[in-house]
Amino acid sequence: MNALKLKKGSTSHSAYNLRPTFSDTIEQHTLAVVVDNEAGVLARVIGLFSGRGYNIESLTVAEVDHTGKRSRITIVTRGTPQVIEQIKAQLGRIVPVHQVNDLTVEGPTVERELALIKVAGDGDKRVEALRLADIFRAKVVDSTLTSFTFELTGTPDKIDAFAELMRPLGLAELARTGVAALSRGES
Amino acid sequence: MARQMSGAKMVVQALRDQGVDTVFGYPGGAVLPIYDEIFQQNDIRHILVRHEQAAVHAAEGYARSTGKPGVALVTSGPGATNAVTGLTDALMDSIPLIVLSGQVPTFMIGTDGFQEADTVGITRPCTKHNWLVQDTEDLPRLLHAAFHVATSGRPGPVLVDIPKDVQFATGTYTAKPKASEFRYQPPVKGDMEEITELVAALETAKKPVFYTGGGVINSGPAASQLLRELVEATGAPITSTLMGLGAYPASGDKWLGMLGMHGLYEANMAMHDCDLMICVGARFDDRITGRTDAFSPHSVKAHIDIDPSSINKIIHVDFPIVGDVAHVLEDLLRVWKARGRKMDREALAKWWQKIEGWKTKNCLAYKNSETVIKPQYALERLEALTKGMDRYITTEVGQHQMWAAQFLHFDDPNRWMTSGGLGTMGYGFPASVGVQQAHPGALVVNVAGEASWLMNMQEMGTAMQYGLPVKQFILNNERLGMVRQWQQLLHGERYSSSWSESLPDFVKLAEAFGAKGIQCSDPADLDDAIMEMINYDGPVIFDCLVEKHENCFPMIPSGKAHNEMLLGDASTEGAIQAGGAVLV
Repeated sequence: MNALKLKKGSTSHSAYNLRPTFSDTIEQHTLAVVVDNEAGVLARVIGLFSGRGYNIESLTVAEVDHTGKRSRITIVTRGTPQVIEQIKAQLGRIVPVHQVNDLTVEGPTVERELALIKVAGDGDKRVEALRLADIFRAKVVDSTLTSFTFELTGTPDKIDAFAELMRPLGLAELARTGVAALSRGES
Repeated sequence: MARQMSGAKMVVQALRDQGVDTVFGYPGGAVLPIYDEIFQQNDIRHILVRHEQAAVHAAEGYARSTGKPGVALVTSGPGATNAVTGLTDALMDSIPLIVLSGQVPTFMIGTDGFQEADTVGITRPCTKHNWLVQDTEDLPRLLHAAFHVATSGRPGPVLVDIPKDVQFATGTYTAKPKASEFRYQPPVKGDMEEITELVAALETAKKPVFYTGGGVINSGPAASQLLRELVEATGAPITSTLMGLGAYPASGDKWLGMLGMHGLYEANMAMHDCDLMICVGARFDDRITGRTDAFSPHSVKAHIDIDPSSINKIIHVDFPIVGDVAHVLEDLLRVWKARGRKMDREALAKWWQKIEGWKTKNCLAYKNSETVIKPQYALERLEALTKGMDRYITTEVGQHQMWAAQFLHFDDPNRWMTSGGLGTMGYGFPASVGVQQAHPGALVVNVAGEASWLMNMQEMGTAMQYGLPVKQFILNNERLGMVRQWQQLLHGERYSSSWSESLPDFVKLAEAFGAKGIQCSDPADLDDAIMEMINYDGPVIFDCLVEKHENCFPMIPSGKAHNEMLLGDASTEGAIQAGGAVLV
C-alpha cells in the first residue's frame, strides 16, 4: 500500500498517508528521490516541475551507488500541502524513480549545503572578512593579495547569513551546491 | 534462448514474442532496416497509414477495442514529430501503446543531421516513458521493457527511439522476461483497511452513487464484470465519464447515463446530491467536476485509482484506495458479502424516487423536424438501426461526440473509442481504421463532424488499400459546432472562423478514393440511407446534412456547479459570466 514508504501522517484516510490537503499555507519540503542513473532522468524530474508549474528552490544530484547505477536527487520545493503531495505522487510515478522520501515529514534531518564565496578587497575589509570567516568556520581555499575564496558548509540559512555579511566587504562571486540531506538516526 | 541477430531483426522478433499481430506505420530513411525485416516475414501485418499521426491513433483504436497494446512504427524527424499528437492523446486517456521511431545513426546524433529530431526530448512529456537505444545489446531488453511499462499500472504510451546503426549492428537477442523480473511493479491490491472502511460507509449510505471511468475498461473485462455485480447487488445508481461508457451496460436499470459538462441531468444531480460517491477509475477531470468548490458538497468520497497522483489532485477524498480496479472491486465485494450484504434499502428506495423525479426532466429532449435532419435524430436512428449488431463506435471531437455519447448506448466495454482527455479532432477516422483491422467482421462507425473528419481524411487511402469497410458517419453542419456554440454563449454571437467553407463534395470524394459516398438531407430518407451504409461491403463516407445551429444540451456552463445545468436554448442568456469565460 505505502509505495512511497512515507511515514504515517496525521490523517487515517490516505493514499500515501497524506496530510490534510485543505490548507493554503505554503510549506517548504526537502524531498529525496532515488532514481536509476539512466539518460534523461534528471530532465524527466525537472520537466515534471516546469510542466506542472511547481517550484524548485534547490536541486542536487549525483550517482550514489556506482554498481547499482543509482542517483540521489535532493529537491527543496515549496507549495501548499496539496501541491507537495501531488509533487511526491507525480515523482513516484516516473518509471526510473525507485523511491521518494519527504524528509520534512519523516522527522529530523541533517541538511547541508556547500558554498564557495569570493570576496575581493583590501585593508580593514579584508581583515574583517577573514575574522567573520573564522567565526563561521569557513575555510580559505584560495587567496591573492586582494581576494579570498572561502569554502563554507552549513545549512542554507547559514550560507545566506555569511553571504549577507560578505556583501559590504566585497562579495564578488558566490557558487552554491544546493542542499544535500539525510534523515537523522540509524534508518 | 540467446541468439545473434541484427537490431532490426530483434525488433521484429520482440514484437512476435510479445504477441503483436499488427503494426501501424510509415517508412522512412531511419527505419529502412526494420521495414526490410518486416518485408521478409508473415507473422506481423504492417498497415501503411497515410500520416504518422494516424498510425498512432489507429494503434490507439486497436488497443482500446482489444485491450492489447497497440504498436506504431515511424521514421525519425518528421515521422516522430507527427506522432506527438497521438502520443499525447494516448497519455491523457491512458492507452497502452508502443511507438518505435527510427533515429539518425548514433554518431550523427547532435549534428542536426537530415531528418534528425531530439525525439526522446520532444516526447518525454507526452509518453509514460521513453528510451533512446544507444547499443544493439540493450535493444531486446528495452523493447520488452517497453511492453511491460506500457501495460503495467496505469497504461500509457512508451516510445523507443532506435538509431539506424543500432538497427544494422548485430547483438544478442534475449527472450521476453517474466513480468515479475522487471523492477517497475505498480501495486494492484488495495489497502484492506481502507476497503473495509468504505464498505462500512456503503452499508449506511442513504444516497450512494458510483462514478466510474476509463480505468474500469483499462483494468480489463473482469473489472467490468465485477462492477456490474457490485452495482446490481447493492442497488446503487451508477454514472460514468465519457471514457468509461460500456463498463456498465446502458441497458442496465441502475444506469443514470453519462455525467459531466454535457452529461445527463439525473447523473449530475445525483452527483451533486449524493452522500457517498464511489469514484472507480476516473480522475475528477474538469469536464466532470465543473466548479470544484461546489462539487458534490455533502458527500463522503471514495476514490479507487491505480495512479496515486490522481488521488486528491482535484478533489479531496475521504477513502483513497490505490489499486487496480478489478482487484479492489473483488475485495470490496468479498468484504461487503462477508459482512452480510447490508444496505440501507429504505433510504435507497427514497434516493431512487428522487432520481426518477430528475429523470422526468427528459433532459435529452430536442425539437425534431420533418424538413431537416437533427443531429440527435440522426444518432437515434443510427442507434436504433445498429442495435444488437457487433458494433464499434469511434468519434471525432465536438458536438457530434457529445451527442454520440448521449444517444448511442453501449452494453459492453471496448466498444466506444473517443478522444477524451486531449480532445483530438482527427482522432476518430484513423482510430476506426485500427478498430476495423482488429475486428474485421464487425461494423465500425466513426461518428464525425465534417471539420474534425477533414483533419485525417487522407486515411481513406489506408481504408481502401486494406479493404477496411469503415463507415464515416459525418454529421455535416458546415460549422465547427462546439466552437460556434461557445461563441454564441460567450462571445456575443461573433462567429469568428467557426464555419466550414469550401467543403469538398463528400460523395465525389468517396468516389475519388474508390469508396462509396452517400448524402442524406431529408429525415424521411435517413433510415434507408443508414441501412445502405451498413450493408455496403466497403468504406463509406456518409454525408449527413444536419441542422446547422443546433446546440448541445444539457450543459454545465464553465464556472458553474452540477446543479446549475442548462437544459435548453431558452436558459442560455448570460449563462456564463466573466469568471467562467476564461475556462475552456
